[in-house]
Amino acid sequence: MASLAELPRAAAAAAPAAGPLVPRVVRVERVHRETRDTVTLALRLPPGDPALEYRPGQFDMLGPLGTGEVPISVSGGAPAAGTVEHTVRDVGGVTRLLCGLRPGDELLLRGPYGTAWDAEDGVGGDVVLVAGGIGLAPLRPALLQVLAARDRYRNVVLLYGTRTPRDLLFSRELDRLRRRRDVVLEHTADYAEAGWRGRVGVVTDLVGRAPFDPGTTLALVCGPEVMMRLTATALVDRGVPASRVRVSLERAMLCGVGLCGHCQLGPLFVCTDGPVVSWDTAAPLLVIRER
Amino acid sequence: MSADRLEVLAADDFDVLVRALAEGGREVLGPVLRDGVIAIGPVESAADLPQGWTDEQERGTYRVQPRADAAWFGYAVGPQSWKSVLFPARALLWSGAKGGVGEHGVEVSAPDRSAAARPRALLGVRSCDLAAIGIQDRVLLGRPAVDADYAARRADVIVVAVTCGFPAGTCFCASMGTGPAPRTGYDLALTELLDGEHRFLVAAGSPRGAALLAALPTRVAEDADRVAGEQLVASSVARMGRWLDVGPVPAALRGALEHPRWDDVAARCLSCGSCTLVCPTCFCTAVEETTDLVGASAARTRVWDSCFTPGFSYIHGGAVRQTTRSRYRQWLTHKMSTWVDQFGTPGCVGCGRCITWCPVGIDLTEEVGALVGAHVDEPQRQDR
Repeated sequence: MASLAELPRAAAAAAPAAGPLVPRVVRVERVHRETRDTVTLALRLPPGDPALEYRPGQFDMLGPLGTGEVPISVSGGAPAAGTVEHTVRDVGGVTRLLCGLRPGDELLLRGPYGTAWDAEDGVGGDVVLVAGGIGLAPLRPALLQVLAARDRYRNVVLLYGTRTPRDLLFSRELDRLRRRRDVVLEHTADYAEAGWRGRVGVVTDLVGRAPFDPGTTLALVCGPEVMMRLTATALVDRGVPASRVRVSLERAMLCGVGLCGHCQLGPLFVCTDGPVVSWDTAAPLLVIRER
Repeated sequence: MSADRLEVLAADDFDVLVRALAEGGREVLGPVLRDGVIAIGPVESAADLPQGWTDEQERGTYRVQPRADAAWFGYAVGPQSWKSVLFPARALLWSGAKGGVGEHGVEVSAPDRSAAARPRALLGVRSCDLAAIGIQDRVLLGRPAVDADYAARRADVIVVAVTCGFPAGTCFCASMGTGPAPRTGYDLALTELLDGEHRFLVAAGSPRGAALLAALPTRVAEDADRVAGEQLVASSVARMGRWLDVGPVPAALRGALEHPRWDDVAARCLSCGSCTLVCPTCFCTAVEETTDLVGASAARTRVWDSCFTPGFSYIHGGAVRQTTRSRYRQWLTHKMSTWVDQFGTPGCVGCGRCITWCPVGIDLTEEVGALVGAHVDEPQRQDR
């Protein structure tokens, strides 16, 4: 886990000389099991690798040799120390192999790709992060960025929904956050279990009474598409302008650089025009079924 | 075609041009009769051209037929576009292996692209296909991420365009503003004239084309030659099998995403992807990863893909576009509307291939007309 001081530099990455579709070989430094189906991989990158220059919200293409690759958002890391982290949930062929990697294993990486959260646009106002499930992973570097300059923001609110109480990512870090007085953290589980004394329900329900001023809020939302749609709608209903609500879209991505065509959503190439887009752009595209 | 530099090349001297193109080992590719179609193949002399052949095309129909005259370029377009040369269906992206001796146990390297980069001359490029090459240049070269294989293939290409004098029933380049005469993007533009002496009007469109032209045994075009060329273009426009008023289409389609016509066309569409394969601008690709039996070496290959396959939009949990309705809508709205948002031009050049090669005869111009109420004129439509 990165300490809060180890922040990515928000510099544009230079394209590697071999071309955008040729991956680099990187090594697994540490593996941290987050939940029964999710691990965080800390990857050791060579000095000067463009993926060290990621901006929160961007993603890399990852995969072991010979297995294909998948887009995985950067979830943190210590770029100054030469590592970046990716939090991977085992949902398919490549992610299963990624979740089974051990320290010292090598894999292939391309990136960083896509647009960023640009949390600094929230300076001077409230920042509300709303995460559903694995959606906390892409938001984590943005949260760390905000906390590293905590005095430049007003309220900092993290609303986090998981399927069950045990599906919590970054649990030790969230425990530390809970003890901070300058951060509001609300966690809710879709389904309770015996002994769970926390909140039960969907994360959207937390938006209504969370402490933020809609007029000064920048909201960053990441989770399943239906969760983002309902959350963004709830935020807009509370008065946050749609242009100040940002979501991270997910579509099939094979190249990450706008060439393969798979991620298209209306006029967007989600890999290069996204994954982070503002809600005023995303909303009209997502209302059309199967767009 | 600029009027001030028009020359005339006798058909008997055509091989001088072919030899000039082939100089230095350059591969000359042009139209050849093969497998019952006019395809793209090596051309060593005018004898390789489809002399005296034409193509008859309608929705779902293509036939080569003998012509009454001996025209060498007396056809419209074959199933292959130049995409098959400049953006082939398969291209190696990289290969890698375990067991390296360097810093890493795994090593990955970009392929040798010298074969892809071989100098080529494209002979007989139609204006629609010329426009398509321009569009692929924007898509594959004109943005921050460049397709390395396309860049290699595109680096040294001489384009010899030929005015389309005999459009097919499925053609609508005149309405798309892309033909039938080549306007830009060529080194040399030819117009084949069959009245009297069999000859070609020749115009240069680049310094390289001008140098080629200067070395040919040509004479200055006379008024009669120019008039014959203009008449050919005019008669070609008049014979254009279809027409699509494209102007209002991009905006109108934006407002037609839930039109009942999508259900109508989905009931006919087989979701086979033929249209995307023959389309000269469709650029979507998938990747194939191959390994040896023990997984010690691997290679990744870029292959043409089609937005009509169920796997195209697959993310964990299922495909975004489950239905043929949504897949046809994606293809047509991308081609005619969102392509404009992305690249400043429609992705359609009016070549008509998607109409000809659709196994159930779905006609893009007809579907667009039904969706947006655009004027669709099909003088050669045959009820079938």
